[in-house]
Amino acid sequence: MSSIGTGYDLSASQFSPDGRVFQVEYAVKALENSGTVIGLKGKDGVVFAIEKLVTSKLYEPGANRRIFTVDKHIGMAVCGLIADARQIVDIARREAANYRSQYGVRIPLKYLNDRVSMYMHAYTLYSAVRPYGCSVILSSYDCTDGPAMYLIDPSGVSYGYHGCAVGKAKQAAKTEIEKLKLTNMSTQELVKEAAKIIYLVHDELKDKNFELELSWVCADTNGNHERVPESVFTEAEKCAKQAMDAESDSDGEDM
Amino acid sequence: MFNTVDAYSAPPLWKNGPSPCAFHNFPGTNCENNDFTQHSQAPVTTATSVIAFTFNTGVIIGGDLLASYGSLARYRNCPRVMKVNDNIIMGAGGDYADFQYVKDLVDQKIIEEDCLDDGFKLKPRSLYCWLTRIMYNRRSRFDPFWNNFVVGGIQEGLPFLGTVDKLGTAYEDNAICTGYGAHLALPLIRDALEKNPLMSEEEAKALLTKCMEVLFYRDARSYPKYQIGVITDDGVKIEGPLEVSQKWDLAHMIH
Amino acid sequence: MASVVPRPHYPDYSTAAPVNHHFSPYADNGGSIVAIAGDDYVVIGGDTRLSTGFQIYTRQQSKLFSLSKTTVLGCAGCWCDTLTLTRLLSARMQMYEQEHNKVMSTPAAAQMLSTVLYYKRFFPYYISNMLVGLDNDGKGCVYSYDPIGHCERSNYRAGGSAGALLQPLLDNQVGMKNMQNIKDESIPLERALAIIKDVFVSAAERDIYTGDGIHINIITKDGIKSDSFPLRKD
Repeated sequence: MSSIGTGYDLSASQFSPDGRVFQVEYAVKALENSGTVIGLKGKDGVVFAIEKLVTSKLYEPGANRRIFTVDKHIGMAVCGLIADARQIVDIARREAANYRSQYGVRIPLKYLNDRVSMYMHAYTLYSAVRPYGCSVILSSYDCTDGPAMYLIDPSGVSYGYHGCAVGKAKQAAKTEIEKLKLTNMSTQELVKEAAKIIYLVHDELKDKNFELELSWVCADTNGNHERVPESVFTEAEKCAKQAMDAESDSDGEDM
Repeated sequence: MFNTVDAYSAPPLWKNGPSPCAFHNFPGTNCENNDFTQHSQAPVTTATSVIAFTFNTGVIIGGDLLASYGSLARYRNCPRVMKVNDNIIMGAGGDYADFQYVKDLVDQKIIEEDCLDDGFKLKPRSLYCWLTRIMYNRRSRFDPFWNNFVVGGIQEGLPFLGTVDKLGTAYEDNAICTGYGAHLALPLIRDALEKNPLMSEEEAKALLTKCMEVLFYRDARSYPKYQIGVITDDGVKIEGPLEVSQKWDLAHMIH
Repeated sequence: MASVVPRPHYPDYSTAAPVNHHFSPYADNGGSIVAIAGDDYVVIGGDTRLSTGFQIYTRQQSKLFSLSKTTVLGCAGCWCDTLTLTRLLSARMQMYEQEHNKVMSTPAAAQMLSTVLYYKRFFPYYISNMLVGLDNDGKGCVYSYDPIGHCERSNYRAGGSAGALLQPLLDNQVGMKNMQNIKDESIPLERALAIIKDVFVSAAERDIYTGDGIHINIITKDGIKSDSFPLRKD
């Protein structure tokens, strides 16, 4: 990067002469070391799938989860520095609790997204703090408003998505997601597709072990965000593995 | 609304620094806190007795639907027997506004527990103990929640029944009644339980119905419509509104 | 529900205006505690009635709290304060054990209780406390307190709602006060147990806040043994 050594990358409170905030861009770099996270929004719900990299066999399974429940009806999948992300989860939970105590109803995702983005953006304004090294995806389902999903960057920028991906293999994952007709798909189908994509984009040469995490928020769960049930999980994982085997077979034929 | 720093809002970015939730909190716009605070209160809109006891396989709680404004039967559809989670039911008497406030606290607590996603569910004795602290804390600030709470559930396979009052006075027993119920219904229940310690669910419901009837005839702040909550190993049922079967054909003989 | 404050009734001056509810943070939930110490034991008994005024909340509430294997606390008075105080004390016992790697001795616990009570000097725990256990020489000891932390060690004591009723009885039966030709020796455990049962039966006759049953803890070097005994339930 041309700017290295020019001093404009030391603080989040200073622009570089060409109008960039380097600290924020470095924060985005932190995401690229993290396992891939995807979110798919279908016709009746949202599905999260996560490639949680396991760097040691000594870790207990199920540790350091990357999918969180913020409120009954809201899920959050995180990518990047897990410790940073947990703070965002905590803030989101407080916002949801505050809204509930003020208005007596569940917080709309659009509003929560606004609040959390604002919070993350605040950390790009001062020299005394560093931006968050994580991206988060928020999801919810409401029987009147339908499914919703937002992705927030370390910069505090957020967009609503039909399908999104962050992390190591986000480009490959996005390419795969674009092949899907998301708006017509049910959550049952999405779970399988999501698991398939995670298995597909996983780079076995660089990262040996990973744990798949799956969650959904949809009409079938009464709009609650839940980890997918054991049976659905094993089924999706089985499908994903079969698809991988089929792929490698056909690759072999081509050669 | 977001200017106040409470448990729900995000902490300041650094000590005495701006808080991410209060970007537009310019100096001088803060109102000074009023020095005068009114201590203690009197109940305004009140609900009468709660009737509860354990039976062979679970716990039953009953309460009518009336919220009185002094002697005025003001609100006639105020449910106060609630399901907390799959392990716990709760009934409340006393100030209805305080009940609704505490109910929100309890509901939020359950959401927080669910968000932990550790597979554990709050158990009745824990909620009972937690309520003791809430009530004792408020009485120590001379600003009590003017309620009696009755917590029922199944803990370690056995029926649990406990109560907390506005001071934080708490005890467990197999029969608990508050308000006029303590004078009119409790002796009936203690007698019935002594004669038949292993009461079935049907017998328990019959006894509770009898108690609601007795209370309706003699407690001037009671109401013929009521709800009952039953918790057993099979789960929680909140039934109602049920109606007291009234018989006034003897009335002309009473002077 | 609304608390009813007893007040004189003057029909000529009564109005239809609603009565203001007065809030008192304290309640008198009754209960009596009796403890007797011997050379190598101490017994403490507490009744099991939890009440307020003429209403009995429950007939089976133990008022004895074991703080360690050689220390038991008996509490009578305001039950919400009792719940709070005993939770605080057991937390302090645990902190002491983890910090010093030993269990707190009874005299130390007795001093701690005094400090904890006095800390709330201007908003006291409204409890009549009795802390019993074995001291550092293995002798039984009874510490009794007033609500704000005054502490006194003795060999026998009655406290709680029937305290004033029973203390003279203990002075006579255990302390052998104002008697001639008495050998100055402590009474055996069996005698102490018999006295405790008898005095509670007497208290239940005359004190409406004492009754239903008693829980007894017998503390010796071998640990705490529990016993119970029914009293009249009216």
